[in-house]
Order: sequence, then structure tokens, then C-alpha cells
Amino acid sequence: MLSEINYLLFNSVLVVSFVASAVYLVFFFSQREELRKIARLIFVCSGVLQSLYIVSRYVIAGHTPITSQHEAVVFFAWSVTWAYLSFHWRYSVKNFGTFVSMLVLIMLLIAATVSRQFHPLAPALQSLWLPVHAGFAVMAYGFLALAFCGAIMYLLQEHELKSKKFGFFFSRLPSLDSLDQLNNHCLTAGFALLTLGIITGSVWARQAWGTYWHWDPKETWSLITWFLYAAQIHLRFTLGWRGKRAAVMSIVGFSAVIFTLWGVNFFLGGVHSYAQ
Amino acid sequence: MPSENILLLGVNHKNTPLEVREKLALTSGYEEPLQALGQIDGLQEYYLLSTCNRVEILVSVSGDVDVEKNLAGFLFGDALTPDQYEKHLYCYRNEDAIHHLFMVAASLDSMIVGESQILGQLKEAYRYSSEKKCTGPILNKLLHKSFSVAKRVRSETQIGSSAVSISYAAIELAKKIFGSLESKRVLLIGAGEMAELAAEHLVGNGAKDVVVANRTLENALDLAKRFNGRAVGLDELLEQLEQVDIIVSSTGAPGVILYKEDVKPLMRNRRNKPLFFIDIAVPRDLDPSLNDLDNVYLYDIDDLNNVVELNKAERDKEAIKASRIVDEEALKFKDWLAGLAVTPTLVALREKGNLIAKMELARTLPKLNGLSLKEQKSVEKMAGAIVSKLLHDPMLFLKSESCKDQSAMKVDVFRSVFDLEKKQ
Repeated sequence: MLSEINYLLFNSVLVVSFVASAVYLVFFFSQREELRKIARLIFVCSGVLQSLYIVSRYVIAGHTPITSQHEAVVFFAWSVTWAYLSFHWRYSVKNFGTFVSMLVLIMLLIAATVSRQFHPLAPALQSLWLPVHAGFAVMAYGFLALAFCGAIMYLLQEHELKSKKFGFFFSRLPSLDSLDQLNNHCLTAGFALLTLGIITGSVWARQAWGTYWHWDPKETWSLITWFLYAAQIHLRFTLGWRGKRAAVMSIVGFSAVIFTLWGVNFFLGGVHSYAQ
Repeated sequence: MPSENILLLGVNHKNTPLEVREKLALTSGYEEPLQALGQIDGLQEYYLLSTCNRVEILVSVSGDVDVEKNLAGFLFGDALTPDQYEKHLYCYRNEDAIHHLFMVAASLDSMIVGESQILGQLKEAYRYSSEKKCTGPILNKLLHKSFSVAKRVRSETQIGSSAVSISYAAIELAKKIFGSLESKRVLLIGAGEMAELAAEHLVGNGAKDVVVANRTLENALDLAKRFNGRAVGLDELLEQLEQVDIIVSSTGAPGVILYKEDVKPLMRNRRNKPLFFIDIAVPRDLDPSLNDLDNVYLYDIDDLNNVVELNKAERDKEAIKASRIVDEEALKFKDWLAGLAVTPTLVALREKGNLIAKMELARTLPKLNGLSLKEQKSVEKMAGAIVSKLLHDPMLFLKSESCKDQSAMKVDVFRSVFDLEKKQ
């Protein structure tokens, strides 16, 4: 019974997210204000449904549902959605929602293609640290994903301004300054959360396996990601790196995030491997 | 006698790229070029206009003298060969030339339709030409008419108020770069009218600080005072660039005054805060490759035009109304011009004489009692003879070939002296 609800919930999440993206996209083309309101409402519904889906998986599995590929991606999408919905930049950054909803939809579609099976949790992972550690990490990814969306928009708008051909995006995208600020804010928040995620992970590792650091591939890649973002934040503070370079760095950083999340599991394995 | 022809040659922003216009723009003022223009054979009257967006020559020639080639040669000098300039140059005759001039004066041919600067530029150009006695009755009349057409268009249509100036376009862009102009600093290089206009708009949109850099400090001070700003010399330019966000450059300098290499090291001190350069000078003041620097955005006049295109539709309606006024006035002027030919003037003069004789006879004859029919005829004949004899010499003078090249002036004076204007 529960698993049927669970199944239906995920499908409705997919459908609602698809509709939200579609309406956002129509709004992006037509720029009709009432469409934006509708799209946002649908996107909020998608966010609520995602939360319900995660809760339902929690109830069924009996632990935080973040231990399989499918669950991790859904969690990621959920954190992007709520990071977007709960902060003020959805007001100040024009048409941000279109880009974010597309990214969320892509993640959910990926989640739909992999196995949704439940797996028993390995004894080592049965701990309160699981939701804390994974929660911080995934929330960090949510903000970093927003920075990624902002960076894409920045590059598009900067291209319009530099090439002086005022095409489709010029009037539809916000000012460079607001995108750069968005990038800055999301990075700061994302970086702080990522740091917390790594620290909690290492504390948990000490408890579970006796050492703080394993050089497990996922840990290594998290550290690489962390250094990439740290370098960017450092350069912004010292040399005033901003604008295009910051945007490119955000995209590079986010690629590292994606690799940490998926690539590592496919290519490298290690203790963070999802249950197969 | 052949009638006068009006000829207008030029290039403008519509079919000539900035690089070419730059080469043609007169940087040394009007006097020399006007003198050079006077050397061309066959020109009765001539006038020259040079702005950032156009260079135009307006001449009147007697009869069918072919001066087109010489004028084009004068306009392009050594900058381009005939093959190259053929696609840029436009050449209008008579009605078309009149119509074009009116369109220009009314700011309907401007890059930014409805901007008011062009009228001032036209008047200034005319002042030079008339001071140098390059213009005569036809061009005097034509140019004065163009001023009044411009005024009529301005008062009867909304084109001026809806005019979106270059500065408007600049502000649209600034907002896309900076978000809000609140507390942004503006640097004006050159203290010209255009810079003033741009500064006004920027301050109106929240820009905080205005610094004016100019070759002559006095002019800079005057302009700075208007915005409660500061004035600096051109040698302090680089220092100022570290502080400001938006730069409007409009000097009359013949070459580039700020290079990419000058600005590049500044960006580090600025902590890469964006710089927005607006180059409204022709020839350009700023190195085009500035735009290649990160966080530096450079726009020249042609680029701004693209932004203006974005909100063109609103103004098109008013522009249609305005061009109707221009059509109407151009037609009227054409009639006046036709009247300048000698024959119609002679006819008009004779008609006027006959009319006076007839009117006076009609008043006098009823008062004379007892005149026989024959006597009446004699009186009528006498009146007619007086008119004819009185007009004989003036008419001979008008027809005389002696001062042929001044015929237009003669006719004009004639028409004024005998008050023939109203009759046509």
C-alpha cells in the first residue's frame, strides 16, 4: 500500500515538475506576468510533493532515504527546489525560476531512469550522523546548483552585452550585477554548508571506522570540490575576481560536484558507494 | 533661362559604417572645408553640415552643370575610391533634396528620431556658411524654412517628447550591467552638449557623482557645477578611472585618447568592478579593443543605435505624422522655387500692373461725368501705358543677361520689392 503511494508520488512529482518547467518556459518566451505566478505556484506544488515523496521513502525504509542513486538525486533536486523557493533572489533575479525549474526537471528525469528499489542499510551507516552529514552535503549542493544556474545566465547575458547583438536573452535576463551577487551569495552559503558536510562526515568516519579521513574517492573528490570553491571565494576576497571568471569558476566547481555525486560511484567506487 | 537646381549629397549613419564616417567628419571646423568647397566650379550657393552621424553638402547650381562627381570627390577626399563610396553616398535633387533636408532638420532622419540636437547643429552649420557668404537667396530661404519645419514638427507632434536619446539607450545598457544606477559614479570626458545630456539622464536615474574631465578646465568647471560635481584635467584621467563606473566620452580629439593597455592595469585596483564606457565622439575617443577586457563594456554610437531599435515601434506613429508635415512643407517650398524662374516672375509682374490699372480705372471712371466712349478708351489706354512704361526698365533688367549667375537673387529681390510672394 505504502509503496504504491510512494510510486504514485514520484510519478506525480515528475508530472508536476514537468508542467512547472513548461509554464516557466512559456513565460520566458511570452513574458506575461500572470504566467510567472502560475508557474511559481506549480513549482511550489512540485516542492511539496518532493518533500512528501522523501518522507514516504523514509517511512518505508526506516532511515533517511539517501543511500541509493535514485534517492540521492531526488534529494538533490529537492534541495535545489527549496533553496530556490525559500530565498529572496527569486524576486530580484528576473527569470531565474525558468533555469532552476529546468535543472530540477533534468535531475528528476535522471532519478526516474535509475532503480527505485529499497535497499537495507549497512550497519555502519545506521547512525544519526547519516541525516546530518548527508543533509549538509545535499543542501550545499542545492546552493551550488543555484550558483551554477546563475553562472549560466551570467554568461548568456554577458555574451549579449559584449557582442552587442541584443537578441532573445538581452531583455529576458537580469542585470549582470544581480547575477554576480546571486553567484556570490549562493557560493558563500553553499561553501559553508559543504564545509559542515565534510566536517560532520569526518567526525562520523572517526566514530564508525576509527579514522577521520580515509582518502576514499568520494572524500577526495569532495575535498577537490571544496578547494575549487575555496579558491574562488579567496580570489573574490583578495583580487576581486568576479563576473565572467567567477561564473566560469562556478560552472567548473559544479562539474566537480556532479562528478563527486555520480562520477565517483561509477568510476571509482569506495565506501560511499550506493547500495547496488 | 535655365532654372536653379538644388543638390544634396552626403553620407549618414544609415548606410555608412562608423569607420567611414570617422574619416569624413570635419575635425577642424567649417571654415577650411567651406573654402575648399568654394573652389568647385558651377556652385551658386553651398552649405556643409557635419555631425557625428552625417556629413552632407547642400548646393544650388545653375542649370544642368554636373558637379556631382566633384562634390563626391570633395566629400570623400582620399579616404575612399569611387568604387568604395558608391554604396554609401546618397544624392538627392530638387524636391528630394528639399524633402531630405526637412527630414534631417525635423530629426526624422536622426539615429535617434526626435532628438533635438540636430537642429542646433544645422543652425550652427548655417551660421558658418552664411557668414562666409556661401549661401544666397535660395539656400537662405531653404534653411530658414527647414528650421521652421523643425519647429512645426516639434510643436504639432509628440516626436520630441517621446524621443529616446542616445543617453536613454546608454541608461538601458547601464541598468543591464549595474542593475541600478544608484550611487554609481559618472565621468564625462569632454564637456560638450551631448555629454551634458547624457549626464543629466544618468543623474536623473540615480547616479551619484559626476566628474568632468576636459582639456580646458574652465568648461569642465562650468559643467561640473551644474551637477554639483568636480572638474579635473585630462591628465588625471587614469586616476579618475579607478573611482568611476560609467564613462561618457565626447571629446573632439582627432584620435584615440584611451587605450586598452591604459585600462587593463586599472582593473586590478578597481577589484574588477565593471566599467561601462560610452563613446559618443566621432572620430572615436576610445580604443575599440577595450571591449575585450573582462568586466569592461564599451559602446560607441552605432552600438547604442541597436539598443534604441528595441523601443522604436512607439515612436513610429508620431514619425508618420511628422513626415506628413515635412511632405507638405517640401511641396510648398517647391512651388516657391518654381516661382523663382524669370518667366513666371515677369508674368506675375505684368499681371499685377494690369490689375492695379484696372482697379484704379474702376474707381476713377464713374466719377468723371460726360466722357464719351472714345475719351474713356483714351484714359484706359493712358493708365495701361503708365504701367507698361514704369515696368519696362525693371523687366529689361530682370531679363538682361549681364549678371546671369545672380539671377536667383535678382528674382528674389524683385519678388520682394513688388510683393509678388502672395500671388503664387
